[in-house]
Amino acid sequence: MYDGKLIIPGLIVFVALMTFPIWKNMGNAGPVPKPEKPKGVTKCVESVQYMRTSHMKILDDWRDQALREGNRTPVEVDGVQYDRSLMNGCMKCHVEKKKFCDECHVYTSVKPYCWDCHFLPKETF
Amino acid sequence: MDIKRRQFLKIAGLSTIAGLGAPAAFNLLLKGESSPLSFASSGGGAEASHEAAPTGVRLGMVVDQRVFDANRGLAQKCITACHTVHNVPNFGNPKDEIKWIFSVPYENAFTTMSNYHRNEHLQDSSFLVFCNHCDNPPCVRACPTKATFKRQDGIVAMDYHRCIGCRFCMAACPYGMRSFNWRDPRPFIDKATYNKEFPTRMRGVVEKCNFCVERLAKGLQPACVEACGDTGAMTFGDLNDPHSEIQQVLKENFTIQRKPSLGTLPSVFYII
Repeated sequence: MYDGKLIIPGLIVFVALMTFPIWKNMGNAGPVPKPEKPKGVTKCVESVQYMRTSHMKILDDWRDQALREGNRTPVEVDGVQYDRSLMNGCMKCHVEKKKFCDECHVYTSVKPYCWDCHFLPKETF
Repeated sequence: MDIKRRQFLKIAGLSTIAGLGAPAAFNLLLKGESSPLSFASSGGGAEASHEAAPTGVRLGMVVDQRVFDANRGLAQKCITACHTVHNVPNFGNPKDEIKWIFSVPYENAFTTMSNYHRNEHLQDSSFLVFCNHCDNPPCVRACPTKATFKRQDGIVAMDYHRCIGCRFCMAACPYGMRSFNWRDPRPFIDKATYNKEFPTRMRGVVEKCNFCVERLAKGLQPACVEACGDTGAMTFGDLNDPHSEIQQVLKENFTIQRKPSLGTLPSVFYII
């Protein structure tokens, strides 16, 4: 190989630079997201664990139930009724999107497009 | 055994014919007759039987044009009420316009009716038009993603999450009652009158009148009907319920529908 003395160190430097972000953050998961829970309410429509993993499934089901099946009867938990709706249900308690939704969505790099159509509860008009 | 090419081809040909023909022959023998083509009935039969047999709930509307003619400002009140409740944007130009309910002259509303020496009071009256919530909706058939669908109660509704913006439904709707969001509608909605209970739409989806599904769920009347107050200009209800107000109105008055000959079975009726 011609110029091997230059090419091989050059390649090593290149690979080291390209993989630098991986080396640097190795074993470090970053700050754990801490979504702010609504005050004065202790129970959501499902268990915490279920909501963590499957809240999108609930939203999906609620949307189909409300729109397609015409079932808009509120979900009742501990005597409190919640609308089957993102805007009129969930966001009535979880008032701040930035402190609740975004915490985990930013951490996991998920970009749901709910807010293209739905309103933020504290949107500044 | 030695088979010549000629023999082989003969046997192959005969077995093919037997293979294709046997099931068909069996079907004929078993059923006694060939089944009628059910697909053909959708278009031709519609005009003869005009309205399908009443089964289940079928929500509809009667627009009393006599009241709108007597009260010229009322139509605009209905339009404003609807567009405010549903966060319909105002782009300020007809090219991008989003319309759920709007006024058109007689000849545009009822294109299949004769205009020759038309009655004088029709010359300057304009008709409120909106989605007909057809009993046989062509838009639903055209939608490739089932974003638009017919509910149990007869409302032709839309799920904007599923709409991919192909606009097949716009091409399929013979009434032109659907609008496409060419631009992001958010900045063009009047901020002072935002309805925070109802979402907006996004760029690239089709939208139309939903018969105020979200208000009906709360036990309210559609926004346009409510805007008419007790003038009786618009009557909303179940067309199939013999005791409903709307059926009384339909029985007592002569009504017309838009393009009835197409067989879409519109659920919106007009008293001229």
